[in-house]
Amino acid sequence: MSLQPANTEKLTTWKRVILPEVPDLHKIDVYRANEGYLALKKALEMKPDEVIDEVKKSNLRGRGGACFPTGLKWSFMPKNSDKPKYLCVNGDESEPGTFKDRQIIEFNPHLLIEGTLIACYAMGITAAYIYMRGEYSKWNKMLQKAIDDAYTNGLIGEKILGTNFSTHITIHRGAGAYICGEESALMNSIEGGRGYPRVRPPFPAQFGLWGCPTTINNVETISNIPIIINNGWEWYSQIGAVKHPGPILVGVSGHVNNPGVFEMPTGEPLLEIIHKWAGGIPGNKGIKAVFPGGSSTMILRGDQLEDIRMDVDSLKAAGSSVGTAGVIVMDSDTDLIQVITRIAEFYYRESCGQCTPCREGTVWMYKILKRFEHYEANLEDIDLLMDIANNIEGNTICALGDAAAWPVQSMIKRFPKEFEKRVRQSRVRLESY
Amino acid sequence: MLSESNLNKVEELKKRYPTSQALVLPVLWMIQEQEGYISEESMKYAGTLLGIPFSHILSVVTFYSMLQNKAIGKHHIEVCTNVSCMLRGSGKILEHIEKRLGITVGEISQDKKWMLSEAECLGSCGTAPMLSIEDEYYENLTMEKVDKLIDSLQ
Repeated sequence: MSLQPANTEKLTTWKRVILPEVPDLHKIDVYRANEGYLALKKALEMKPDEVIDEVKKSNLRGRGGACFPTGLKWSFMPKNSDKPKYLCVNGDESEPGTFKDRQIIEFNPHLLIEGTLIACYAMGITAAYIYMRGEYSKWNKMLQKAIDDAYTNGLIGEKILGTNFSTHITIHRGAGAYICGEESALMNSIEGGRGYPRVRPPFPAQFGLWGCPTTINNVETISNIPIIINNGWEWYSQIGAVKHPGPILVGVSGHVNNPGVFEMPTGEPLLEIIHKWAGGIPGNKGIKAVFPGGSSTMILRGDQLEDIRMDVDSLKAAGSSVGTAGVIVMDSDTDLIQVITRIAEFYYRESCGQCTPCREGTVWMYKILKRFEHYEANLEDIDLLMDIANNIEGNTICALGDAAAWPVQSMIKRFPKEFEKRVRQSRVRLESY
Repeated sequence: MLSESNLNKVEELKKRYPTSQALVLPVLWMIQEQEGYISEESMKYAGTLLGIPFSHILSVVTFYSMLQNKAIGKHHIEVCTNVSCMLRGSGKILEHIEKRLGITVGEISQDKKWMLSEAECLGSCGTAPMLSIEDEYYENLTMEKVDKLIDSLQ
């Protein structure tokens, strides 16, 4: 797997911290020789509340898609609980276009482990589960090796670094279900059931794993924690976009010359990411469309990308979102009807089936889009499609319904001509019989 | 039915979870890795081992796409056809494999050697198109690479 190619180095003065250029950093000795686990030591000398405060002030936002402020999430955990508290680290990474967490696990797994330990200390947690998607078998093994080494070094387990702090980290392997990346489905999966999302409230901080207070954070989010503790919140909060600071792993895929995962400060211009970091479009073609943060985010037109930056505010203003920062680029020759049909198929397959609007709506969106794909569509099908998407959005237990509706709604809104053209072609095709 | 080393692993894992039901997925993985798939008999065994009703085990096995409840081919080829791979030619790769093996998506070859599936995004978008066989990822695919790969597994 190619990591950030060397020629992107000169694009930025940013010195990588999540995926630094240190050979063999996945080995515990190398990690420790490069100031590894010093943040843990520093955190253990602080009061747990001071650690939470540091994360809060850093303005770190979750990197799993929702951009929720991490410190605020941590502060929801009850201070005095007679029940045990739990941490789930979300490594389910299944959003189409997203392939960043596996880089952390492959190249810097101890950063994730160190972050997990600090999070446990800050929230008074004695058991953490890292939920890994089933297909990442190879990366499960890499992470397990790193965890085993950390246990041997006295960094996980009882009385860590000679303090009274004890915690365990266990990898929980999923088995192929996109929905298990949704936090409440993830908890049900750890509990040994089907990955069905839960109705909230109650929220996980009150009633999570086995009914106990639980926090769920993404792998990349947790990997930012040691960096904040080491360098302090002032330093961290000044990286990149003010309201969404820090380093971010941006994965660029699709029609680009140099696809890959790039670590950069937040707030980089999207066009620069595509043209400079990812090497531009093959054959110097134009950009027709972009999903800025995985297939669940609203699609953007190629001609509206000017001034859009990779941060929460800029993408929101543009009518989309950062999501998982998985940028999917489509060149001017792309058949967007084929793209949206494939995406609709994905959500139809991955809907857990609990809520009627999502279970029934996703299959109908897929069937109608198939009509467009096969040149069998009517003009009314466009309105019907929009109607179904509108009736899924906001009417389901979890965000999968929204994630299924948004790409369809935004595709119709931003590329109406693609649909209209297909209808015309359908007529020509039918008349030729 | 679980090997002794797996049974020891189960005992170790029990210390990590407050309920035995949490061990359903780990135990089902062990069974599948040992037997190749999870038969009804194995599901009953898992239920007895953990004190969980068979119906619950069945509900879990049928939910997760990676858990197989019947025997599959020796090599399970899964070609990602989601957007990022689609944009980089996964359709042609899949077609090529279908022709080469003489089976279509969802089928098992007559000699039980191959099974072919379409996969949802496997997190290899930067190295698309890709496929996975068992635990291994094969990325940046070309027709030649696919041919070589199939030859090497003959």
